[in-house]
Amino acid sequence: MMTTIYVPCDTTALACGADELVRYLHTHLNEANQTDAIRIVRNGSRGLFWLEPLIEVDTPKGRVGYGPVTLDALPELLAQGILDGDTSHPLYLGLVEEIPYLAKQQRLTFSRAGVIDPLSLKDYRRHGGWQGLQKAIQRSPQDIIDTVKASGLRGRGGAAFPTAIKWQTVHDVRLGEHQSSNLQKYIVCNADEGDSGTFADRLLMEADPYCLIEGMAIAGLAVGATRGYIYLREEYPNAHRILSQAITNAEQAGMLGENLMGSGHAFHLEVRLGAGAYICGEETSLLESLEGKRGLVRVKPPLPAIEGLFGQPTVVNNVLSLAAVPFILANGGEAYAQFGMGRSRGTLPFQLAGNVKHGGLVELAFGTSLRQLMEDFGGGTFSGRPLRAVQVGGPLGAYLPESQWDTELDYEAMAGIGAMLGHGGVVMFDDRVDMGEQARFAMEFCVEESCGKCTPCRIGSTRGVEVIDRIRAGHNPSDNMELLQDLCDTMVDGSLCAMGGMTPFPVRSVMQHFPQDLHPDLASQASTGSSAGAESC
Amino acid sequence: MQNNTYLKKNHPSGSDGVTTEQEEQIQTIILDHLPLEGPLLPILHALQNAFGHIPPQALPMMADQLRLSTAEIHGVIGFYHHFKPSPAGRHRVQICRAEACQAMGSRELEAHAKRALGIDYHQTTADQQITLEPVYCLGNCACSPSVRIDDQVYARVTPERLDSLLEPLLSAPIKFVS
Repeated sequence: MMTTIYVPCDTTALACGADELVRYLHTHLNEANQTDAIRIVRNGSRGLFWLEPLIEVDTPKGRVGYGPVTLDALPELLAQGILDGDTSHPLYLGLVEEIPYLAKQQRLTFSRAGVIDPLSLKDYRRHGGWQGLQKAIQRSPQDIIDTVKASGLRGRGGAAFPTAIKWQTVHDVRLGEHQSSNLQKYIVCNADEGDSGTFADRLLMEADPYCLIEGMAIAGLAVGATRGYIYLREEYPNAHRILSQAITNAEQAGMLGENLMGSGHAFHLEVRLGAGAYICGEETSLLESLEGKRGLVRVKPPLPAIEGLFGQPTVVNNVLSLAAVPFILANGGEAYAQFGMGRSRGTLPFQLAGNVKHGGLVELAFGTSLRQLMEDFGGGTFSGRPLRAVQVGGPLGAYLPESQWDTELDYEAMAGIGAMLGHGGVVMFDDRVDMGEQARFAMEFCVEESCGKCTPCRIGSTRGVEVIDRIRAGHNPSDNMELLQDLCDTMVDGSLCAMGGMTPFPVRSVMQHFPQDLHPDLASQASTGSSAGAESC
Repeated sequence: MQNNTYLKKNHPSGSDGVTTEQEEQIQTIILDHLPLEGPLLPILHALQNAFGHIPPQALPMMADQLRLSTAEIHGVIGFYHHFKPSPAGRHRVQICRAEACQAMGSRELEAHAKRALGIDYHQTTADQQITLEPVYCLGNCACSPSVRIDDQVYARVTPERLDSLLEPLLSAPIKFVS
């Protein structure tokens, strides 16, 4: 009987040596004359990154896992009978689906991640793929939008704008009412996942690219767009390879192109690479970049939904927003909306990163506390030292001290403490972190990545680095703190987009909760400052 | 700042040793991408993949085909960290400087890389083998710190591991200047 063995082709798995394992396996199977008995599948990652490379073997009981497998351990594993599902080796993890980290999640968007061969159309279909698109084809565009509206889906890129409203706006633009004489609507997928501590977009594109393709095709049907672009960051060469191949396969199978699943509707899709500019994750800057220009932020209005790519009505959605759509169409808006809390419906794929023992992707309904996520899933710090600060939501997100770790992970609750959920990245730092240095880096990053269009961001960030340097060097720390506060206010109030407008978030959080790290003289303000600080944010 | 050196070095164009064959190759790349909507970034990527940088001769050629000024194209090249206006090393080594990697010791790692290679960011080793660059996130944040060498990402990179990855790329062994 043929045995199937799975070795992920995900970037993190590859970075941990998955390809070397596959090369060794091929040699071993050749020598043992077993090439016909064993099939090696390159699946995506399950997102249990601390176990990568995670090898899975299909057994009569189900898929059992071994991990993290190193090249050194592989010969021993093979000798011990890994290919027959040996259960005695210390790296044996049991049934993968029953690993608590995975079993405790609510995987709606990532249900296929790591399970299937990302490029196999057969696998995708067998695991529920194309059902959403099939249903969308049978419905009216307005029906599709209403379903998405019922799901309560909000933009997963970070801004949390209701997806259905965006779609409705683009849908409602009609020829004759628009400035353009030739209406060509677009679906643009923002895959410029530049936030540190986030990798959910990448994981999905590498593990289940057809899910994104299906979501985009559904969006196309909903708003009447026949062209789509995925703007992918250059830093993701592996995702680029997999996505490009997936698009070619989908075209050949009639799931993209002139005649979508025989429906008579057209949808053409193309991947475009960014070129290492963080700001191009901002939607208007992304559109400029797609048009072949410098990625300068546009002034809104006009909204991209009215005048977006090449001046045409454009839906710009994050990878995870679009990838949530196939589930919503296949199972109904209510099935998605039954997860979550308050106005945050459905699930968010959280990403545990930085100094964390069990880093990886955790898809959960909104409403879990940050502490639960970091302890129950993360298992504490990688170093084993006490956790000191957590940055949630990428480089523009606040650093949270322990007093805030019981906050529920939902858009409104996070906004209530002056923080943001953003794209769901959670970066953990142990007690060796110098928070003064982190505050400085926030400004430094803005210097590096500002598009330069507006003054508060372009100049303010440089001044921010200088003021923080002065505070750290002990030059009138309290006066300079006031100046820094003022500068932060100016950037928040006066910047054109979130880059300059939110860079102060991490800085302010350090000023409020970790002032002693900026300068020891400020330590006395820390105890009184934290309660006063909470009001000002 | 990058722009000024670029201007000084590369104007007037067409006279610094690029063969006709290369110009033909540039022209082919431009024409191949011309039917695309917004073709400039795809062209720049293709040029850089082919030549390792954007050859200065390509600027007027792109300007001509795309009906843009060379200044506009120049501005685009200068805006994006990825595009190189002049030749870089044979291998690109990127150290992630973003927060998740900072939490796992990337500051020490970048200091080590600069010391081991004897160069700063955006510089190339004397043997033209390695250009060192900062990068802000490689999406490998659960297994930090991360380093990318050409198109391969490496996880949990210690200074020792970095040495063993860099050594084979260099023409001479790494010498430590402490």
